[in-house]
Amino acid sequence: MRWYWIDRFIEFESGRYAKAVKNVSLAEEYLHDHFPGYPVMPTSLVMEGLAQTGGLLVCEHTGFREKVVLAKVPRVVFYCEAIPGDSLIYTAALDYIRDDGAMVTATSHKGSKLQAEIEIMFAHLNGEHHAKTLFEPEAYLRMMRMLRAFEVGHAADGSPLRPPSQLVG
Amino acid sequence: MPTKEEVFEKVRGALVEALGVDEDEVTPQATLVGDLGAESIDFLDILFRLQKAFNIKIPDKELLPQDILTNPEYVVDGRVTEVGIAELRKRMPFADLDNFAANPNVQDFANLLTVAGMCRFVESKLVAAG
Repeated sequence: MRWYWIDRFIEFESGRYAKAVKNVSLAEEYLHDHFPGYPVMPTSLVMEGLAQTGGLLVCEHTGFREKVVLAKVPRVVFYCEAIPGDSLIYTAALDYIRDDGAMVTATSHKGSKLQAEIEIMFAHLNGEHHAKTLFEPEAYLRMMRMLRAFEVGHAADGSPLRPPSQLVG
Repeated sequence: MPTKEEVFEKVRGALVEALGVDEDEVTPQATLVGDLGAESIDFLDILFRLQKAFNIKIPDKELLPQDILTNPEYVVDGRVTEVGIAELRKRMPFADLDNFAANPNVQDFANLLTVAGMCRFVESKLVAAG
C-alpha cells in the first residue's frame, strides 16, 4: 500500500504555496467500508492530503534536509463531504517557517466550493533523534517526481523547480 | 513600542488560537500548563504566533530552559540546586521564581509560567529589539 493522499501537483511555488489534486474514486477500497452503501471520504484522509501538500512544500523549502513531521492541527473546519467523483483541489500556503518548524494554512475546494480549511503546524525533528533522515532521499525524489512537482514547479527566483543537488548528485 | 495592554491583547490572542481557550480564561495569573492546558507541543505553536504577532525572534530555549532542567550539574534527585536556580534566574529574568525556589521540584517547573510572565517575556524581547 502506498500512502499517497494527493494525486498530482498542479502548481508548486517554492517557499510560498502549492496546489494539488486529489480525485476521489469508487475504486478506492476504504470507501466501501466508509460507509457501506454511502461512500464518503473520511475527514482524516482529507487532512492527510492537505498535510502532504503542505509538508512537501516545507520539505522542499529546506532542500529535503530537515525531518519534517506533522506536529499539531490547531484548527480544521469541514464544510461539506467529499464523495466519489469529486476532484478536490488542495491549496497549501506557507505562513511561517523557522529552524524548528513551520506553520501552513490550507484549503480543500470542490470546484469553487470550499470543502475544508486547516491550520497545520510542522516540527523539524532535531539532531537528538537517532534517525538521520525520515525517508531515504530517493523516496522524496520519487514522490515529488510521481506527483509531477518538477513539471509544474518554480523555484523562488521563478526558474523551473529542480531537485536539490544533494539528492541527484 | 506597544503598550502593556497591547502586548497582553496579542499574547491573549495567541493563547486563544493555540490552546483553544476562551478569552476570559486568559487572565494574567493563569498558568499556561495548569490553568490553560498547554502541552509541550503547544509551546512551539505559541512561540510561532508570538513571533509573527510581534515580529521578533524567540529561541525556544529562552522560554523553556530544558537544557538547565536536564543538566545533572543543576538538578539533583529531581530538585534544582542553588546554582541551578541562579542559572534559571539569569536565563528567565521575566519569571517569578521565588515560589519555585522555596520548593524546587523539576516537575513543577512547567507550571510556573503564567500569562503575566509571558507578557513580561515579550516586553523584554521588544525592548531588546529596540
